[in-house]
Formats: sequence, C-alpha cells, structure tokens
Amino acid sequence: MKRTLLSLALGTAVSLAGISAASAGTLDDVKAKGFIQCGVSQGLIGFSNPDDKNNWTGLDVDFCRAVAGAVFGDGQKVKFTPLSAKERFTALQSGEVDILSRNTTWTMGRDTSLGLVFAGVTYYDGQGFMVKKSLGVDSSLKLDGASVCTQTGTTTELNLADYFRANNMKYEVVAFEKADEVIAAYDSGRCDVFTTDQSGLYAERLKLKNPDENVVLPEIISKEPLGPVVRQGDDAWFNVVKWTYFALLNAEEAGVTAANAGDMMANSTDPGVRRLLGVEGDFGKAIGLENSWAANAIKAVGNYGEMFDRNVGPETNLKIGRGVNALWNKGGIQYAPPVR
Amino acid sequence: MSDIQSRRNLAYVRTEQVPAMPAPMSASGPVGWMRENLFPTPLNGLMSLIFGALLLYVVWITLDWSVFKAVWSGEDRSACIGDGAHGACWAMARAKFGQWMYGFYPFTERWRVNVVAIVGLLALVPMMMPSLPYKRINGIFLLGIYPILTLILLTGGHFDIGLSTWLTVGAFVAAIVIPILLLGFVAKIIEPVIAMVASAAIVAGVALLLIIMSIDFGLPFVETSKWGGLLLTLVVAVTGIVASLPIGILLALGRRSNMPIVKMFSVAFIELWRGVPLITVLFMASVVLPLFLPPGTSFDKLLRALIGVALFSSAYMAEVVRGGLQAIPKGQTEAAQALGLTFWQNMGLITLPQALKLVIPGIVNTFIGLFKDTVLVGIIGLYDLLLIVQAANTDQKWVAPQTHSTGFFFAAAVFWIFCFGMSRYSMFMERQLDTGHKN
Repeated sequence: MKRTLLSLALGTAVSLAGISAASAGTLDDVKAKGFIQCGVSQGLIGFSNPDDKNNWTGLDVDFCRAVAGAVFGDGQKVKFTPLSAKERFTALQSGEVDILSRNTTWTMGRDTSLGLVFAGVTYYDGQGFMVKKSLGVDSSLKLDGASVCTQTGTTTELNLADYFRANNMKYEVVAFEKADEVIAAYDSGRCDVFTTDQSGLYAERLKLKNPDENVVLPEIISKEPLGPVVRQGDDAWFNVVKWTYFALLNAEEAGVTAANAGDMMANSTDPGVRRLLGVEGDFGKAIGLENSWAANAIKAVGNYGEMFDRNVGPETNLKIGRGVNALWNKGGIQYAPPVR
Repeated sequence: MSDIQSRRNLAYVRTEQVPAMPAPMSASGPVGWMRENLFPTPLNGLMSLIFGALLLYVVWITLDWSVFKAVWSGEDRSACIGDGAHGACWAMARAKFGQWMYGFYPFTERWRVNVVAIVGLLALVPMMMPSLPYKRINGIFLLGIYPILTLILLTGGHFDIGLSTWLTVGAFVAAIVIPILLLGFVAKIIEPVIAMVASAAIVAGVALLLIIMSIDFGLPFVETSKWGGLLLTLVVAVTGIVASLPIGILLALGRRSNMPIVKMFSVAFIELWRGVPLITVLFMASVVLPLFLPPGTSFDKLLRALIGVALFSSAYMAEVVRGGLQAIPKGQTEAAQALGLTFWQNMGLITLPQALKLVIPGIVNTFIGLFKDTVLVGIIGLYDLLLIVQAANTDQKWVAPQTHSTGFFFAAAVFWIFCFGMSRYSMFMERQLDTGHKN
C-alpha cells in the first residue's frame, strides 16, 4: 500500500486511486491499484451494513466482493465507501468509487442522463404490503376496506392509490412524515396494513415488538429493480461487472457453490460448467481477466442463491423469500445469458 | 478593686453571652428553604407542585426506560424483542461499544487511540488548572508535539515522502522564508539577525517534520476511512476548535485593520463562510471539489471535511472576537501607543487579553456549537458518533424496537457530557479571570 503524505496532508495527490470519469480504463486502474473501491449504503439491513466485528455485510457488499474475486482472485481486495443517497452518483462520476452497489433503482432517467450505466439487477424490489397475521389475509387483493399506513409525499402513496382503484377496493390512508412514525403507528394498531418497498417491509418488521405476528403479503405492485452501477463509456469494466453478476446466476443454475467450485473445476464433465469455470475456452481472457474469473468470484461469495440466502434469505432474521428473485426456471425472473 | 471583684461574684449577673437559639424549624433547614423558595405564595406553591410533579414524572419514565425495564445482557436481538422490547437495549450497546468509540479502527491497533487519548488528557488537565506550573512547556507540547504524535499514532506514520513532496513543501516554505529575509536585509524592517534565525528555524522545523513523518515506526497504516465513532467526532471537533481560535483572532484583527487589502480579504472571507450553511461546505468539499481537481488526483475525505469545518468555524470565531475588541475603549490603545508599544505588543499585552476575557462565553458558545455540528460530517459518509450509533439499527443481528432509541440516548449522553464539561470550564475560567468587570 502506498502512503502518500501529499494525499493526506497537502491534497495534491500522487495516489494511483484516481480515475478520470472520461477515461476508459477502470479495469486497468483497478488492477494497478490492487483493490476495488465500492460505494455502498451507509446502512441498510441485509444489503450493506457494518457488523460488530467491523466487517461490511450484505447483498450489495457481497456483490462487490464477487467482482473483486473475479478481478483479483481474492474477494477481500475491495474497500467500501459508505455513501449517502445524495452523494452516490457524484461519487461514481468523479471516480471516487469504481462501482456503486447501493440499492439504486434502475430507471430510464438515471440510466440515460447521468453518464452512468446499470450492469444488472441484483435484487428485484417493489412495493408490498405487511399485515398482522391475526387479520387472516393472505393476498393484497383481500385488503378491501383496510386502513393503510404510509409515508406522505412518496411514490408509495401514489402506487397505493392506483392499485386499490384498479382493483376496485376501498381503503383509508393513514400517512406520516417519517418512516419511524409509520412503523410505530402500525405497531400500535392504528392501521391494518403497512406499505413500502418489500425489502423495507422485511427490515421494518424486525423493529416491531412481535415480528413473528406479522406477515408480508406476496404481491408486488411496483417495479424497483436494484442493481450495481458503473460509469458510462467504460465497456471493459462494464463487461466485468455485468458478467460477474451473470456468472453468479449461471453458477446457481448449474449447481456450482463456493464449496464445490474447486471440485467442479477438476471433475465436472458438463460443458456449460466447464466453460463457466474457465476449464474450457478463453472467456475470461476475452474480458481481460483470468480464465478462472467466474470460479474465483463464486469461491469468494458463493453463487447468487448462496449470496441471497446468507444476507436476506429465510435463514436470516430478515426471512425474505426468493419470490421474483428466484431463477427463471424456478418461477422467478433472474435470468442470465449463457457463457458460450 | 475589691468592689468590682465582689460584683463579679454576684450570682445573678451573667458572665458570658447567652448562646443563640437555632432558628425555628419553619425558617431554617430544608423546611425553611422550601417555604422560602418553593411555597412563598399560594400561586408559587401551586406552580412548584405542578412542575415538581412533571419533573418527577420525566425522571421516572427516563429511569424506568433506561434502567428498570432495560435489557442488560444478551447475545443478539432476541433479548430485546417480545417482553424485552419496552426498555433500553443495553445489551446491544455493550456489543457495539468498541465500534462506537473507535469506529472501524482495527481491533489490534486500538491501543494507539488509547495512547493518544491518555497522553492528551495527561497534558490537557494540568494545562487547564491555573495553579499548576510549567504552562509554557506544556503548551509547546500540546500545540507542537502532540498533534504530530497524534497524526503518526493514528495513521501509522511512515509516509511516502518523495521528491515531489519535498519540492511542493519546499515551495511553500520558500514563499514564507523569502519575504522574511527580504524584510530583514532589503527593507530592514526586521533585524537581519532575527530574520536569519527565524528563517533557519522554519526550514529546520519543516525538514525535521517531514523526516519524522517518513520514519517507519513499525505501525501498520490505518486509513482515515476506518476512523469513526467518538474518535472521529473528537478529531473533527478538536481540530476545528484549535484551528478556529487563532485564525478567528487574525481575521477579527484584519477586519478592523486600516489596510484596505487585508480588511477586504477578511471581510470577504468572513462573510463568505458565514453566508453558507455548513452542510453546503461539506458537500462542496466532498462531492464538488473532486470534480474540479485534475483526474488522477485524490484527496483524503476526512482532511477535506476538517479544512471545511475549521474555516467555517473561524469565520464565526472572528465575529465573536471582534465583538470583544470593540468593547475595549480606545483609550487603552492610545495609552499603549503613548507608552511606545508597537501594534503587536499592544494587541498581545493590552487589548487582546481584555477582549478575549470579555468574550469567553461567546467563544465557548461557538466551541459547543461546533462540537455538535460535527454530526453533519455523517452526510458525507464519515462515520461520526451519531451515524455509527444509527448503523446499529441496520444490523440484522441487533435491530429491535428499542435499538434506535437506545443508540440515540447513548449519543445524547456523550454529547451532553462533553458540552456540559466545556460550559462548566468556561464559567470557571470566567471566575478566575474576573478582575472587576462583573457587577
């Protein structure tokens, strides 16, 4: 590690960390400095937060580790920059981070006008509903006449109105300024239903007095695809990030896990697996990495399913089901082009 | 003679005074105090009862929540949900305490922070007690050696000082030394000998500093992005406080100066920094500045925030000090001039000591405000105490109904201790320095 007094004391830096927003060399720059600078959320349950041991954990965090695995063969060669929602895009544009993996919704506006490009959807989120189990409701289509707690002035409120009108249901809105007030009102029984993004519902459920007495309904009524973002016009780096994501999905589909990746490399006869793990073909070299890039990414964090289960899945406190985030052949919409 | 003697022996004449009876119970002791202060009139009595009850109620619910219903131990959030969900979750605070104090500073290196804290306290406490000696040596240590010690211990030292650094620093030093030498040898405003000595001292000092910085003490490097919690809050606050007073005094003097350029610069500086919110300053430093810098340039985020905070608070400090300067009658300055004192002698010996003493409350007010404003650095992604306390609420392992409130309660307590301490010390200093201004 190079320590420059200048970068610390005078600010006129010699550090290799800098990357021009316009230059097309993030991959080369990352290789030269030896780590990936990853922009994450300052704290979002299951997606990115520091634990007791000062380690960053979460789905967004693990995705960066996977990219580090693909590039360096070592998932620990990544540094995390916690970013607030306001500074996240500028931090990426200015080159302060190489990749933004911070529960950012993929919208046309962001994709086309910010000089940034989304590399995939690591989590399909969307607005959902949470109710008390005692209400005996198992679908949001049965919520006719319910009182709904929500935050004022958000798109959540508009989606809610549209959904209930489209399904010919009556409802009563109980709106609050702050997210904490909404959850407190729901917990004290002022409304039957609590609505926000589904991942948020699972997170907020942990703040209830009796989490297990509440259930998140399966329906999703809006589209909030969350994914990693990189700078536009840097295709080599874009390919690395995009294909790391695809490799994790393909690995789950083929049954490659962190534990058996090494074994599969040596013994698998499945041509799809052999190509994915770099035993056959030069797919890694084609994107400027080792041929074992995908195997290294999988060894770092496991396949997509393992990553999901470890951070937000049924075994964690969050207990989020795969839902639409299941693979395409298991009833979800997570789909990756083949390595061929 | 015998006449008086015989009178003394008379049984009905007292030889000493009757001892005073204690005041009646209704006028002294707790009962008397309460009668006098709490229940002097029926209306006041009623008010006392109402507010007393309110106070008791607040104290009770605070204690009930923070002590009686609190959960003191547990392995994870399961201790603080269900039946445990009604009081503070101190189990979480215990698990997170290290992180709240040191941020993400590596576990094995935390002793370095402790050393910095202990050395700082050992030097600061005697400095703050007026009765203890060696103030000058202590001051030199605190302002000269301690910051370097802190920088080396906290970062690890062993900076990579290359040729470009030497050249850049050399240019800065030359920009200071050459004018001094010119003033000495060409303009003859300063004694040539003094100019020589001062220049040599500056050059030697800077060179020594750079050499110390580059020595490898075998300490692993800890980047500033790993600093956090109370450590970061104190680094930001102390830097701001220490830097703002001298810069503020210079700006205040500059604003009252007759030299047009100095005056204009000071006014522009003060009004510019006072005219923008601190959040804007921090955003500019964190987000906008990197866009202006040439590509390939990186600039430590904490340092950017430190400079922003220091300059911002200097502008406020300048106005506080200027208030004090304006309170000193012109006769003081004229008397000093009549005695033949130079401008700096007058300022250092006559005007500033009086002016600063007058504005101690204002100065400490600014310090306390600055200390609390440090939480704003959270908005640019620096994990100060408040932000790291909030991070506990997004940890799956610990999130629970009372996690948020417990963290805030802790942060509030820490901030209150520091601010109340500063406030009490300022009152102590006011009493110490009170030489007849108070009524």
